[in-house]
Amino acid sequence: MRWKLLLPGVVLLAVVWLVSFVTNQPLKGVATEETSRPTTDLDESIQKVNSFFMQRWAGEDLQPAKKVDELSVLRRITLALMGTVPSLEEIRAFEQDSGPDRLSRWTARFLRDRRYAEYFAERLARGFVGVEGGQFIVYRRDRFLNWLSEQLETNRPYPELVREMIAGDGLWTDEPEVNFLMAGYDDGEGFNNNKLAGRAVRAFLGQRIDCAQCHDHPFDHWKQHEFAGLAAHFGQLKLSPVGVREDHDLKFEVEDRNTLEKKVVEPAVPFGEKWEPADGTRRERLAAWVTHPENRRFERAIVNRVWGLLFGRSWIEPVDDLPDPPGDEIAGPKVEGAKHPKAMKPGESDLLDLLGADFREHGYELRRLIEVIVASKPFLLESKSDIDDPARLDRMKQHFAIFPLTRLRPEQIIGSLLQASSLTTIDQNSHLISRFIKLTRSNDFVKEYGDLGENELEDRAGTIPQALLRMNGNLIGETIDAKPFTASGRISQMAPDDATRLELCYLVCLTRRPTAEESAFFLPVLEETRPQRRGLFVEDLYWTLFNSPEFAWNH
Amino acid sequence: MSKSVSTNSAGPNSPLVSRRDLLKAAFASGLSFTLPGLDLRAAETRGDERQKSLIVIWLGGGASQLETWDPHPGTLIGGPTKSIKTKLPGLEIADLYPRVAEQIHELNVIRSLVSKEGDHERGTYMLKTGYRPDPTLIHPSLGAIASHELPNDKLEIPSHISLLDTQWPARGGFLGEIFDAFKIYDPGNGIRNLKARVGDDRQQQRLKALDVVSKSFQAGRRVQVENTLHQLTVERALRMMTSEQLKAIEVEHEPSVIREAYGDTPFGRGCLAARRLVETGVRAVEVTLMGWDTHANNFTGHETQAKQLDPALAALIHDLKQRDLLASTLVLCIGEFGRTPKINPLEGRDHWPKGFSCLVGGGGLRSSLVIGETDTEPQTEQDASKSSKGPHDPIEVPDLFATILRQLGVEFDKEVLTPIGRPMKFSSGKPIERLMAST
Repeated sequence: MRWKLLLPGVVLLAVVWLVSFVTNQPLKGVATEETSRPTTDLDESIQKVNSFFMQRWAGEDLQPAKKVDELSVLRRITLALMGTVPSLEEIRAFEQDSGPDRLSRWTARFLRDRRYAEYFAERLARGFVGVEGGQFIVYRRDRFLNWLSEQLETNRPYPELVREMIAGDGLWTDEPEVNFLMAGYDDGEGFNNNKLAGRAVRAFLGQRIDCAQCHDHPFDHWKQHEFAGLAAHFGQLKLSPVGVREDHDLKFEVEDRNTLEKKVVEPAVPFGEKWEPADGTRRERLAAWVTHPENRRFERAIVNRVWGLLFGRSWIEPVDDLPDPPGDEIAGPKVEGAKHPKAMKPGESDLLDLLGADFREHGYELRRLIEVIVASKPFLLESKSDIDDPARLDRMKQHFAIFPLTRLRPEQIIGSLLQASSLTTIDQNSHLISRFIKLTRSNDFVKEYGDLGENELEDRAGTIPQALLRMNGNLIGETIDAKPFTASGRISQMAPDDATRLELCYLVCLTRRPTAEESAFFLPVLEETRPQRRGLFVEDLYWTLFNSPEFAWNH
Repeated sequence: MSKSVSTNSAGPNSPLVSRRDLLKAAFASGLSFTLPGLDLRAAETRGDERQKSLIVIWLGGGASQLETWDPHPGTLIGGPTKSIKTKLPGLEIADLYPRVAEQIHELNVIRSLVSKEGDHERGTYMLKTGYRPDPTLIHPSLGAIASHELPNDKLEIPSHISLLDTQWPARGGFLGEIFDAFKIYDPGNGIRNLKARVGDDRQQQRLKALDVVSKSFQAGRRVQVENTLHQLTVERALRMMTSEQLKAIEVEHEPSVIREAYGDTPFGRGCLAARRLVETGVRAVEVTLMGWDTHANNFTGHETQAKQLDPALAALIHDLKQRDLLASTLVLCIGEFGRTPKINPLEGRDHWPKGFSCLVGGGGLRSSLVIGETDTEPQTEQDASKSSKGPHDPIEVPDLFATILRQLGVEFDKEVLTPIGRPMKFSSGKPIERLMAST
């Protein structure tokens, strides 16, 4: 029973830790005019993307969907960059902003918001290290995330991050980027070179070479020995008391599966030998090769991933299995039918090359890449259309002639639910309690809603447990409760009239105003509702809006 | 009391009472035999006329073949585990399973399963889908395929269900998440998020409003919104919330004799719920018993495990047989792999995919077959540690899966297109003819 004496102390410690955790992030003022100015030379890049799509749509004989209203774009942007719908506070400010280039300026502003750094870091981390928490002692995913979000916040050039992840040395606590390597460390078995090589190629070059670990790729050209050569770059990794380091005496041996003979494999790359420098450690050489400006796979991979994170669907799917860059196909037998549906037609450019080159030529800035994509035509299209023919719609979707409907990730659902329970923006400046709830409740909700892990860009439909959770879950109940300080409570009491009351609920939950039909349905009910029962009406309406497909899907 | 209306009564001793009448009587008198809300016809169908179902008893962590269905007492690899005789002449199993020994002749024993996956996650994938993990797609599990291919429109609850907590429940894979096993973590203690938060009046008002709001969103997005399955999942969730069929998981309605037979453990309740679910028309149920990963103290670990598995599995087979449901219910008792013949210094056994056991039977399969044999007598310590020699008459996992699918009435080698347009067979194996009853 002695442990019980310790309990108050433990609780106290936990509280201190939590409070310091939520408060230790630097508080930053709302982005000022100065910081929210968009990058200046975007126009030319946006034009290039637009002409690509005009040509593609014309060539495919597709009429793109209409241009969508700006409030809908605002919702897409906050969902993609920060994992939440815009707050009422933000909607009001946005609508009052009558200056030119409103969307670009607001994009720039969100890209400087701490919420972007944290949310986007998690998205990218899933590609880099997966979702497993791993062994706490030798792997700290949380530190890796913090590091990555700091890099996003300072807008560091992307290749620098990748080089540090691959070639970094040191302790996973002091040098958080080495957690990329520690994620490939198995207790008892040491570093898993194969896992690291497979991961590096998938995450940074967007190609799946993993299966060549045991056999030649079934329908691509990768050979087993090519994989071994790549894996050998991680062959001198060693864990020491001072963390990760290279041990130049280590040999990388591979066992032949047939003869069971072991042979030493020297580091080698499967293509672009000239990009690999002769100097440096094995990992430094690999990092230089991966990020070499002529290695188009590198820029194409990140462009495809960022495209996917913004639209909910990558340009080429799956996000990390890209075909070889056009004109750089590696000779080798490809099975029949391996030609990619997105392959270029004669005279066309390739979208990933186009955006990739633009990204490279402008200092590999992730922020700029995002600004270009969200300002280009496909991002600004309606998700609806008069066309009802599934086959044609499918082709429109394929070529982004219509904004794709994608299921919101669990983090986006919970982020939006919590944001909709408040009229002001929940960010670093929010009340401790709101942030505390966000921190503690999110993980449980994400797990129960069904975390998609690394494959979060897969095209998915809804599920029954999700519907049950949205309809009957505890968190939903608490969120819509019309209490004095919740959004629903404030709307039910403070709104001057019923029409405003209805409009506010719609703006907060769906980022739009009710249609005429919806007003015609709800207003008479609301007018008949006695003032003291208005809270219940608003709760019911909140429930309805949360459970609508419009809330749970990006559109 | 359910025994009094067991199907035996329709046998030669009671020629005047048809099974149908008995069922009607049982239904009217509120006996537990017929589940509430169940279509009488569906419940009544028994024997091999009945549409087939699948129950997978999942031994999570990898049970030792040597401490279950393939003991080698008195050998270097056998450890302290003893064997007992079973109802099937010539077959001996570990003495931890006296009750299963009484029932095992209804099923078949395979002692020579081979796989190449020795990692929990990869092994689970292999033994739930019949395919090795592939980074480019996710294969559907057996239960998902069965639910996909053998729909039951009378059913108001999910047709693929996973009982008890498991890290990697059976998935729908490329058939879609709608075929993922619906997870019930604690059968007998309700399902999460199943109760509406408001009274019926308000709930109806909310749903009416939901129709209006959904309609505005569908304008111009009919096809896209249909593809989201949003409406369908909400409807199914609602149907389930109010369905009487959910009583199938309320095992407390069973007579205490039955409940005690299965064992008063979460796993026992899970197996009982599995029987009730199958009876209701659910196509595939997976019941998980974790705790088999005995890298240390293998023998005491398996003793503890057997205390749960032995009564539950034996009662399940007996109960299915009693109710004339065994001929239509395929039972598979399996895990991700077996455990090493070599006993490690911690008295444990490690992962071993190269020769392990499973039980399979019912659903019209033949019974009482023992297939395959593992190394019985390694002569030396070295043999025991190496044991690289595979089992005699090895059975590949895909072949077992092809057998099960075909027996369920699924075209096991049907090619379906994955979402990225890659043709893929439900099973890449060939049915094991020996297990199929000659027709």
